[in-house]
Amino acid sequence: MKKIVILGNGIAGITAARHIRKNADHHITVISGESDHFFSRTALMYIYMGHMKYEHTKPYEDWFWEKNKINLKRAWIDRIDFDQKVLHAGEERISYDALILATGSQPNKFGWPGQDLQGVQSLYHLQDLELMEQNTRNIRRAVIVGGGLIGVEMAEMLHSRNIPVTYLIREEHFWGNMLPKEEATLIDNHLREHGIDLRSQTELKAILDDGNGQVKGIETKDGETIDCEFVGLTVGVHPNIALVKDSPVETDKGILVDDYLQTNIEDIFAIGDCAQLRTPQSHRRAIEAVWYAGRMMGETVASTLAGKPTAYRPGIWFNSAKFFDIEYQNYGQVPAECPEDCDDFYWQCIDGKKCLKIIYEKDSFKVRGVNLFGIRSRHEVWDNWLSQEKTLQEIIADLPKANFDPEFFKQWEGEIQKKYNEEFPNHPISIRKPGILKRLFA
Amino acid sequence: MKAIRYTGLALFLFSLGLLLALFFASSYTLTEQLFNTQVKKEHQELLRPEVASMFGKTYGLSISFVNSLNSAIERVNDKKRAEQAWDQVIYDDYAGSITRAATSGVIKTHTTLLFILVFVVGSIGALMYLLPQAQLAGPPGIKNNGIFHNSLNNRGWMGILVGTLLILFYIALYFFDAYITNWIILVDPVQKLINPSGQSSQWFLYGFLYTFAVLVMGVRMLIKYRHSKYQVFRTISVMFFQLSFAFLIPEILVRLNQPYFDFKNMWPLDYDFFDAWHLNTLTSSGGLGLFMLVWGITLFAVGVPVFVYFFGKRWYCSWVCGCGGLAETAGDPFRQLSDKSLKAWKIERWLVHGVLVFAVIMTAGVLYSFFTGSDTIAGLSTYTWLRQPYGFFIGAIFSGVVGTGFYPLMGNRVWCRFGCPLAAYLGIVQRFKSRFRITTNGGQCISCGNCSTYCEMGIDVRWYAQRGQNIVRASCVGCGVCSSVCPRGVLNLENRDEDGRFGKPILIGNNSSTLQK
Repeated sequence: MKKIVILGNGIAGITAARHIRKNADHHITVISGESDHFFSRTALMYIYMGHMKYEHTKPYEDWFWEKNKINLKRAWIDRIDFDQKVLHAGEERISYDALILATGSQPNKFGWPGQDLQGVQSLYHLQDLELMEQNTRNIRRAVIVGGGLIGVEMAEMLHSRNIPVTYLIREEHFWGNMLPKEEATLIDNHLREHGIDLRSQTELKAILDDGNGQVKGIETKDGETIDCEFVGLTVGVHPNIALVKDSPVETDKGILVDDYLQTNIEDIFAIGDCAQLRTPQSHRRAIEAVWYAGRMMGETVASTLAGKPTAYRPGIWFNSAKFFDIEYQNYGQVPAECPEDCDDFYWQCIDGKKCLKIIYEKDSFKVRGVNLFGIRSRHEVWDNWLSQEKTLQEIIADLPKANFDPEFFKQWEGEIQKKYNEEFPNHPISIRKPGILKRLFA
Repeated sequence: MKAIRYTGLALFLFSLGLLLALFFASSYTLTEQLFNTQVKKEHQELLRPEVASMFGKTYGLSISFVNSLNSAIERVNDKKRAEQAWDQVIYDDYAGSITRAATSGVIKTHTTLLFILVFVVGSIGALMYLLPQAQLAGPPGIKNNGIFHNSLNNRGWMGILVGTLLILFYIALYFFDAYITNWIILVDPVQKLINPSGQSSQWFLYGFLYTFAVLVMGVRMLIKYRHSKYQVFRTISVMFFQLSFAFLIPEILVRLNQPYFDFKNMWPLDYDFFDAWHLNTLTSSGGLGLFMLVWGITLFAVGVPVFVYFFGKRWYCSWVCGCGGLAETAGDPFRQLSDKSLKAWKIERWLVHGVLVFAVIMTAGVLYSFFTGSDTIAGLSTYTWLRQPYGFFIGAIFSGVVGTGFYPLMGNRVWCRFGCPLAAYLGIVQRFKSRFRITTNGGQCISCGNCSTYCEMGIDVRWYAQRGQNIVRASCVGCGVCSSVCPRGVLNLENRDEDGRFGKPILIGNNSSTLQK
């Protein structure tokens, strides 16, 4: 029986703890300085918006941990004594046989003048939420800097409290470094429909002090000043490696790990946002700061620690998000710029709120990936299609099989197939609509 | 737009206030002449000495009038019981009829005007408050903003106040209907409209208020979930069934001298279906009565298993049922208050199946008495030991006072979840033999908790979703709100092949050959 200590109680650390417990009898301790219990970080926005309370964001009831013999400890670790295999938390010493670093991310700050003023903040930790609660009390306008997922969440949060939002993004469109232009434009329009004052190709120059250490506005690189009492800095995150930065543990941007998620030191592993794969697979990135990767790494490292050394082999990439009212799902590779050897097939609904983009290889028509906005699609079906390297024609013909929208929703596959037939008259597909009885008793 | 909303709210609150004020608005005077017309000959001599002191005396409050009257009757009965003159004990419920006859005031002189001021103005106000939301709340989509900051939705003072009023109303309705005579009189114009020879009773008042609430709050539901056709169709369905099947058709049947019958209600929720008086009514009402009898039996014996097999229990619980209809419309603002803990689930299973067993035993006892003509089994009266306690504890206290009164405190499906024997029966079929499930979409769940929070049945949906498992639970009424509030498109209500319904928990996306695989 080993003594396993996990630093970080986010999705990566907790998944590791749960899966070790399922398969082995090790002594497990999860340490967090942020919260007593595991909560869903992705749900923080809903607490501010009043959709949920903090307790609702806890995926497991509080008795769960004791029942499953997972010790929870609330502490910040100051340093690691690698020789003695001991963690220092103030005066306290915690020994380990194996250590899993799941310390997550830190929000980026790029050294803007005024970035530490009161009323300027990021959104990552539970504590940031409390801070945001205070910082946004009775304010007239908020400025958000950074066109990514946390930025749009923050915009939605503030909007839910009727706080006018000016949203600065460096790129031409929202999330322009990740989304192709059509999809990004669709979201731009939706943000504007909600009354978000979206400023594309606008960069922050400085945050202005009101003389009392409180933010009173911002200045853009174009020289414009915008009055505001709150600035949300959401310009991405970087791996939180502060604890091991100047230690024998090798780091780059993140904590470097091998295929088995082990660092250069035996019995020390890193998973989730803070980990950087030394040799990622061709279709994956070295650092993937998403919920799903954290969860998969947690499963994988648990398997290793439970006695079955397991290499981390994530499958077909998938992701999802929601931008105000528009849901987004992504399977496979859909980069912002279509690769040289690929083409894209794009369909957009007349309402401007739904679209589908498929990236396929020019010569073989093999599909690389899909973006779906406003249409729910089956993960399992796409995972099969992409791993079997189905062609565009095969997938379009079978598209209704992937539909995951609720019953009675209008099905758009027929329109998509029609568009496909218009674009590819040489190898069309036949379009069949299932009858009403078939749909009722499917 | 905002001005319209606030005006609407003011109108609605005015109507609500007026309705509450009307409770106090009448005076009550019992005259000897009135006494002679309302009380049976054989009781007049017994009662007269006891109530004589009330003659000509005017009461300002229904409660004190009713209490004086009832204690007078009780004094007579005590005396007769002491004399063991059982046949002279008065069992007639005079309180309702005498109080109604003794009522005087605006409620009698201006019934229609007051009805308009309360219900017509009230619904106009409510609609003025609700309809602009389609514009003001922004583009269609899930807008649960501020729910947990609101004292009505989050067990604050407003929630407690509304809950208290509801509980008091239900207690009065079931046990002290004479207290709310003014309200019963208030809806008489509607009763006369549907059936000119009828007179409104407390049950007509209840049916009217119930339908009113389902329709007005149904409009709210339609606006709130206008982006989801599933929710729109479902809401229209419960509004339709409440208005027609539950409210209008039974009243029209009575007007046509046919038995009062709700064609969508069924045993064991409709627990008096097999009562002797009901069976006698149906069997003595010609072809239509017999049809009702056969229909009622077919519905639960054949309809339930067949429809639940194809669609899950939702075909009834969240598309047709009256209790479900109220929960899904008037109750929607409270769905987030259901308890999701494992403990609550344990209590739920014992309680709801316990009630089902009770309902079956009660009905068996009642039928035994009906067919054998014997009122007792092993010396115990089937009425006193089975039928009466069921009606009191389950029919009145549980389904009414607790089931609806506790909406703002325990969520909108307290009855359906913990008490409804029909839901238990539908649930058993759904759990073991059905094509219905909530499918989890691969590995897309982010454990945010919206699904569990907004599950009115207190199912911890996330528990299943986050491990990539389908949700197959007896209690799921298929309202579809978990799917609506999911931000990542993870949940979908489906009727599909039974194979793979109880899928193993697998999170798609990780090809590492872990111990789990």
